[in-house]
Amino acid sequence: MSGLDGAWTRRWIEAVVAEIATRKSELTALDRAIGDGDHGENLDRGFQAVLGKLDALDDAPTPGAVLKLVATTLISTVGGAAGPLYGTAFLKAAMAAGDRPELDATGLVEVLTAARDGIVARGKAEPNDKTMVDAWSPAVEAAGAAGDDVRAVLEAAASAAAEGAIATEPLVAHKGRASYLGERAIGHRDPGAESTALILRVAADTR
Amino acid sequence: MKKLINDPAKTVDEGVAGFAAAHSDLVRVVIDPPFVVVRADAPVAGKVGLVSGGGSGHEPLHAGFVGHGMLDAAVPGAMFTSPTPDPILEATKQVDAGAGVLHIVKNYTGDVLNFETAADLALAEGIEVQSVIVDDDVAVKDSLYTAGRRGVAGTMLVEKLAGAAAERGDSLDRVAEIARTVNSQVRSMGLALAPCTVPHAGEPSFELGEDEVEIGIGIHGEPGRARIALEPADRLVDRLIEPILEDLPFAKDDRVVLLVNGMGGTPMSELYIVFRRAAEVLAERGIDLARSLVGSYVTSLEMQGVSITLLKVDDDLLDLYDAPVHTAALRWGR
Repeated sequence: MSGLDGAWTRRWIEAVVAEIATRKSELTALDRAIGDGDHGENLDRGFQAVLGKLDALDDAPTPGAVLKLVATTLISTVGGAAGPLYGTAFLKAAMAAGDRPELDATGLVEVLTAARDGIVARGKAEPNDKTMVDAWSPAVEAAGAAGDDVRAVLEAAASAAAEGAIATEPLVAHKGRASYLGERAIGHRDPGAESTALILRVAADTR
Repeated sequence: MKKLINDPAKTVDEGVAGFAAAHSDLVRVVIDPPFVVVRADAPVAGKVGLVSGGGSGHEPLHAGFVGHGMLDAAVPGAMFTSPTPDPILEATKQVDAGAGVLHIVKNYTGDVLNFETAADLALAEGIEVQSVIVDDDVAVKDSLYTAGRRGVAGTMLVEKLAGAAAERGDSLDRVAEIARTVNSQVRSMGLALAPCTVPHAGEPSFELGEDEVEIGIGIHGEPGRARIALEPADRLVDRLIEPILEDLPFAKDDRVVLLVNGMGGTPMSELYIVFRRAAEVLAERGIDLARSLVGSYVTSLEMQGVSITLLKVDDDLLDLYDAPVHTAALRWGR
């Protein structure tokens, strides 16, 4: 494959829907430890709604059109903090993708960067605040350094996001409900960082 | 998990449907987008509209406070989950009578982000919106390194007084200013004896030993300042009210409204035991107990626990507190 087209984007999102449905209890368990115990349920509700709307797309949608559909659906169905944050991420990604029929490595890095910047602008979290930014930021950096093969960019982003999620475990949280735990948050992985790693891992595994 | 439910996925839907059926004289309910509980006579001509909302599970907050003299609309989200921007926008449109709309938002990341988004959308549609963030929970000490203080039981007093100001015809600027003043003068802190269980999660939101108490609990079971061994009620009341008194601080001859709020699973008899000690402490400090309110108003499902709220008032704020209110959960003077 030279670039990522709209059909690939749709396959990726469909695979994300399935993976979140499979792992929602695990995400909720992470959230119960340091949040309010609903991250998996909320994302599952949102992505199931996305699945129901994918058929409304054109036969040959652009990557940007798929990303925009995901964005508006997540904003209107997820709620909590994850809804506006992931919704903004996908919306900014869609805007970065624009009308391009395919994303090459450079385009993909632009899209990932826009998604991360959108989350930072909305949630105002900084690296090491123990949030999804701790998965997004290393993913964007690794993607930017992965060269001009789109597959290599996806794999680099997925691996870095997974490491970033694991690296949230020793941190004290400074944003969201986990921040009220103080040192009691230490030892727990941030659920938003974990769901970010999940979404990017599925992207790397989508052919 | 033992609950009076039919299906964990339908607890909010069926609860809202029941609320609508029980209180059709006071409210109408919008089901698309889900859900908006609107005052039956909204929009009220010339009046500033008041909208609040947040995750479900804290009933009667917020829907129970929709009606004359308080909220014009409430937006219940999923259990313990902020509503999305769509119903918040719908609520804003439903109550806008041309005098603008005030959003009253509890300080949780999700609520703030979703209400911000809805306010942006409302502004784009030409509706003037102001927002007031409520953060009365003194249990959160260090706002610099957290998401900040949480909005808890003091929220209902912000809704009551701002609602009265809107009802008497104050402008949006003035209603927002009153809401901010109330928020700046109200302080709360709670404790839990036993956790609650979110229906779709099926397991308690946190673990608490048989003889343990969480001091400074949040209304979603977020941890507080300390976990201690159970003590007599008077001593536990002291542990809540002292940080509240020190925080504002409340001083001799201040006039206050004292709210003793049950978390959902605490009997009234125990709330009055708590009230008795809290009033005693105020008397010892020479603080004037101007008004009292005891009941389960801002709950956390079936959590066993209590919160204490103190609001410092002057003549104007006291008039607003005393003004007539007619809602499902709060009614006087009318």
